[in-house]
Amino acid sequence: MELGDLVRTARQIRRDIVTMIHAAGSGHPGGSLSSADFVTALYFHKLRHRPEDPCWEERDRVIFSKGHVAPVLYAALARSGYFPVEDLDGLRRLGSHLQGHPCTCTPGVEVGTGSLGQGLSVAVGMAMAAKLDGKPSLFYCVNGDGELQEGQIWEALMAAGHYRLDNLLTFIDYNNLQIDGEVEKVMGIAPLADKLRAFRWEVVGVDGHDMAALVAALDAFPRNDGKPTAIIGRTVKGKGVSFMENIPGWHGKAPNDEQYAQAMRELADPEV
Amino acid sequence: MVQTYGKKPTRMGYGDGLLKLGETDPRVVVFDADLAKSTTTDWFAEKYAERFFDAGIAEQNMLGMAAGMSLLGKVPFVSTYGVFVAGRAWDQIRTTICYSKLNVKIGGMHGGVSVGPDGATHQALEEITIMRVLPNMTVLSPCDYHESYKATLAAAEIAGPVYLRFGREAVPIISTPETPFEFGKAARWREGKDVALIATGHMVYHALAAAEALAGEGVSALVLNVHTIKPLDEEAVLAAAAQCGCAVTCEEHQTTGGFGGAIAELLAKRRPTPLRFIGVQDRFGESGQPDELFEEFGLSAKFIVDAAREVMQAAKK
Repeated sequence: MELGDLVRTARQIRRDIVTMIHAAGSGHPGGSLSSADFVTALYFHKLRHRPEDPCWEERDRVIFSKGHVAPVLYAALARSGYFPVEDLDGLRRLGSHLQGHPCTCTPGVEVGTGSLGQGLSVAVGMAMAAKLDGKPSLFYCVNGDGELQEGQIWEALMAAGHYRLDNLLTFIDYNNLQIDGEVEKVMGIAPLADKLRAFRWEVVGVDGHDMAALVAALDAFPRNDGKPTAIIGRTVKGKGVSFMENIPGWHGKAPNDEQYAQAMRELADPEV
Repeated sequence: MVQTYGKKPTRMGYGDGLLKLGETDPRVVVFDADLAKSTTTDWFAEKYAERFFDAGIAEQNMLGMAAGMSLLGKVPFVSTYGVFVAGRAWDQIRTTICYSKLNVKIGGMHGGVSVGPDGATHQALEEITIMRVLPNMTVLSPCDYHESYKATLAAAEIAGPVYLRFGREAVPIISTPETPFEFGKAARWREGKDVALIATGHMVYHALAAAEALAGEGVSALVLNVHTIKPLDEEAVLAAAAQCGCAVTCEEHQTTGGFGGAIAELLAKRRPTPLRFIGVQDRFGESGQPDELFEEFGLSAKFIVDAAREVMQAAKK
């Protein structure tokens, strides 16, 4: 996909996110919107996968460790062709395969997540298994910044460095907001890059909304240097919807009808 | 006297089972959390080094790594003490492993007060309760070395998460390599008609000893070995309860929500039957010698005999 198409796709994904959360009446727009550009670059530029054959053995795997951003995952899966886009209307409804947090009942979801801090370990185990069998798949994880407060994350970071998992990449959605406020005020994680390097990771810092930079960072992976890669994406929580941007209150709240209409206007494709 | 064939810790049945699986099942990988000598996974590690992973003292990540391995077709056996795996990593077992029905096997050692001098922190008394409550989970609690070996092999063949409970101490071997072991089926190890002693783990031995003592008083006790706690062999338990009209459950574990709890739930629902519960009664373990602790916590055969007399009396009313 060309850069322009990726940017357009990211806008479509953002519209999907806001639309499904509005329809569901609940959900997590803030982090879904902040990670939307990376998720678009990953699914529509980098990932080796076959949406028509979700269990293709050689596929790359993606684990959403920050499971509450299920809407961005579901939008990416639907737009990739894993299931009909109309399914997105079922988000969080009884009987739908689109649970409030990722579940393996959705085609393309590798493992259930939602209790923060657990997904990176799963990605580590997958990457270890691939190394053991000499399999070429690559492994991607999406972590939140607040999520890094979980102790298990640091166990997983340690293990990935220890086992020299250069087939593993995690994207850290560094929007600096969590439910109770600014990450640095709640429980600081800085200096993050230094910490990750100390845990034997290759660290790449990018503007998490610069599609060209995200593509370049993904293209540089894998490096085959015995080190796992962390992309620290500096992002804006709620990115793309002016009244949601940088407001912790939009972590887990649905827009009302009026707000929804405004968000759709802001996320519309520009007239050509 | 109960027929025995020496003594061995059940955890060694796990270690030998893993060795066998190393040879027969290339999917099997083994994880430990810095306790490989104690859990006996060091036997596997020595022979199959490339398939052994020491997670260090980091149990939650160990469960997650095992989950990831299972998603690529491996059959990981995760090994450490019961308190550190079932307790500390409970949410990982629940949300990452059971919710996605991942093929991860969990070997939990040091179940029960018979761990001895290390005391309460290391004596796992709650795993049956907190593992059996999880959807998709299978819970196995073998009675001796040979049954532990067979349960370990069986676990590799079960699709989905399995918790295996083992003990630290050498306990009497009461079966042979030829004794049948069928996953999901409770086994009647002694026929009887007056009282059913429904036991799990190495309490089966103590139940058999109690049955011998009761026979001396003219009481005929049935002994049911329930090695598969979940899924519970409901028909076997109901048949034993129906035949005897009263029962005593025996476990080296909290009875609250534990094995006794599982039997009580079933009987309350399908066949209300007078019951007594041998097990730990809502208290933490303590340091001491295993046999002393068995007396202190009311677990040995004489307590089972007392409970049997009491429940038979209650059943007559």
